[in-house]
Amino acid sequence: MTDTPLSPAPVRLSDAAIRRRMLSEFWFYFRQNRGAVIGLVVFVLLVLTAIFAPVLAPYDPTSQNRGALLVPPFWQEGGSTAYLLGTDAVGRDMLSRLIFGAQYSLFIGIVVVSIALVGGIAIGLVAGFFGGWVDSVIMRVMDVILAFPSLLLALVLVAVLGPGLTNAMIAIAIVYQPHFARLTRAAVMSELKREYVTAARVAGAGNFRLMFKTILPNCLAPLIVQATLSFSSAVLDSAALGFLGMGAQPPAPEWGTMLAEAREFILRAWWVVTFPGLAILMSVLAINMMGDGLRDALDPKLKRS
Amino acid sequence: MSPARFCKGQGRMLRLILSKLLYLVPTFLGITIIAFSFVRILPGDPVLLMAGERGVTPERHAELSAQLGYDKSVVLQYFDFLWRLLQGDLGHSLVTKKPVMDEFLALFPATVELGLCAILLATLIGVPVGVLAAIKRGSWFDQVSMTTALVGFSMPIFWWGLLLIIFFSGILGWTPVSGRISLMYYFPDVTGFMLIDSLLSGQSGAFTSAVRHLILPSVVLATIPLAVIARQTRSAMLEVMGEDYVRTARAKGMPTRRVIGVHALRNAMIPVITTIGLQIGVLMAGAILTETIFSWPGIGKWMIDSIARRDYPVVQSGLLLIAALVMIVNLLVDLTYGLINPRIRNK
Repeated sequence: MTDTPLSPAPVRLSDAAIRRRMLSEFWFYFRQNRGAVIGLVVFVLLVLTAIFAPVLAPYDPTSQNRGALLVPPFWQEGGSTAYLLGTDAVGRDMLSRLIFGAQYSLFIGIVVVSIALVGGIAIGLVAGFFGGWVDSVIMRVMDVILAFPSLLLALVLVAVLGPGLTNAMIAIAIVYQPHFARLTRAAVMSELKREYVTAARVAGAGNFRLMFKTILPNCLAPLIVQATLSFSSAVLDSAALGFLGMGAQPPAPEWGTMLAEAREFILRAWWVVTFPGLAILMSVLAINMMGDGLRDALDPKLKRS
Repeated sequence: MSPARFCKGQGRMLRLILSKLLYLVPTFLGITIIAFSFVRILPGDPVLLMAGERGVTPERHAELSAQLGYDKSVVLQYFDFLWRLLQGDLGHSLVTKKPVMDEFLALFPATVELGLCAILLATLIGVPVGVLAAIKRGSWFDQVSMTTALVGFSMPIFWWGLLLIIFFSGILGWTPVSGRISLMYYFPDVTGFMLIDSLLSGQSGAFTSAVRHLILPSVVLATIPLAVIARQTRSAMLEVMGEDYVRTARAKGMPTRRVIGVHALRNAMIPVITTIGLQIGVLMAGAILTETIFSWPGIGKWMIDSIARRDYPVVQSGLLLIAALVMIVNLLVDLTYGLINPRIRNK
C-alpha cells in the first residue's frame, strides 16, 4: 500500500477502522480491473431490473394477446412500438417476460449459492477441523458427487424429485456443494497450523468457537470467489434445466424455459430465440467479470504493490 | 538412462498407478450406491417402475418382485446389483427391451466422436491462443482473446447452438440441422465412428456429409472447454515465465523462441493437461445439451430421452456408466500428470 509509512507507529485501530481500511484496499484492487467494474455495473442494473420489474415491464409477463402472435421487434417490418422486442407464439410481450426473467435468475443464483455455501462450509469445517476418519469419509462422499457431470446429476435428481424450479435449485445446490466443502477444508487445514489458532485454543476457546469465530473468517476469500463463480454457473445450469423441460415450468418467464418454448420457431422468428439467450449470456458474463475482479482483489498471491 | 534407474522409475509409476486405483475403489462403490438408491427413492413402487408395468394383480406383483429380486433385503439387493454389474449385466430398457449395455455401446461411439472433435478443436485453438496472449501480455491480441474467452466461458451453449443453426443452416444453408450423416448414405457400422466408416464405405460424398454434420455440434461443444483452456494456458504461461529458471535461460542468452518453447511451454503444459482432462466432465454435461439440440444420436440424448420416457433402468445404468467413465478418464489424466511431472511421481 502506498499510504503505509515505512515504520508504522504502534497505533491501535478500532475494529471498524480496520474493516474500513480493508474495504478501501479491496476497492482499490477491484477498481484496477476495468472488466470487473463493468460487470458490477451490469449486475447492479440486473438487480434493479429484478426489483422494479412490476414497474418497468409494460405488460403482464403471462398475459396473452391473440391478436398479436409472433410480432417482430419494432425496428423490423411488421413490428410495432407497442411491443418493443416483439411477442412470442402466444402473443406475450417479450420485453416484459425478459424483465421478469431477471427475477428468476437472481433468485435462483441467490438460493443455490446460499444452500451450497452454508452446506459446504459446515461440511468442510467439520472435515478440516476434526481430520482423521471423519475427514476421509466426508471427502470420499464429496468425491463421489464430483464424479458425476454436474448437469447430469442435477437432471437425475430432478427426475427423482419431480420437475420444477424448487427441485432444480435443490439439485443444483447439492451438486455445487462439494466445491465449497473442499475449499473450506483446505483453508481450515492450513489455518489450523497457525499460531493464532493455538493461542485461541490455549486461551480456552471451545471447538465451536474455534471453528466459526477463529478460523472461518480467515478462510473467506476463496469462498467468496467460488460463490461468484457458482452464482453464474447456477444461472447457466438452471437455464439449461429449464431448456430441457426440467426446471421452471411454463408459463414462467424463466429465460431457459422461454428458449425451450421458442425452439420450434427458430427458423421463423429469430427474436423469440435470440433475446432470452442474450439475457442469460449478459448476466452470466457480468457475474464472471465481477468474479475475475474479486479474485484479483482478494487473492494475496496476485497482490504485488 | 541406466537400467537400474529406469526400473526404479517404473516401479514408482507402478506404485502410483496402484495407489490411484485403490483410491478409486471407494469412489466407485459410492457411485454404485447412488445409482442403486436412485430407483429406490423415486416416488412410486420401484417394482412397477423397473418392470414398466402398471395396475398389476398382487400375484403378478409378487412374481415381478421376485424376478427383479425386490423380495430380498436391501443389502442383498445391493450385492446382487453389484454382482450383475461386474458381469456387465445392467438390466434391460423398458422401451426397447434391449440390454442397456448393448444400447450404450451402440450409441457411445457417436458421443466419443463428437467429444474428441470438440476437445481437439478446443486444444488446437486454445493452447496457441493462450501462449500468444501470455507472450504478448497487455497487447490488443491479449485483450481481445481473453475477453472472447470470458464470453465463451459464460455461453449458454444450448442457445449458442440454436444461433449457429439459425445462421449457418437457416440463412446460409451451409450445414444440416441434425443427425450424423445424410439419409441418402447407408453403410454398415464398422468402427461406429462416422468419419472413419464413411471413408471405409467408399461412397462418394459420404465423408463430406459426415464432416458437415459434425462441424456445428463440435463447435458448440468445444466452446466452453476452448475458453477454459485458453485462459488456463495464459495464466500458466505467465506464472512459468516469472520463474527463476526462465530468467536464467534468458540471461544465458538463449533465444526467446527456445526459452518459450522448451523451458516455459513444457512446464506450463502440466496444469494445462490437467485442465484438458478435467474438461471431460464438462464435455459430458455439454454433450447432453449439444446432442439434444442437434438430434445427435449419442449417450447424452439417450439419457435425456430415457428420463423423459421414464425408462428408469436406462437412467440408472447410464448414470453409472457415465460417472465411471469420467472417473477413469480422470485417473488417466492423473497418471499422465505423473508421467510428465517427475515431482508428482516421486512424492
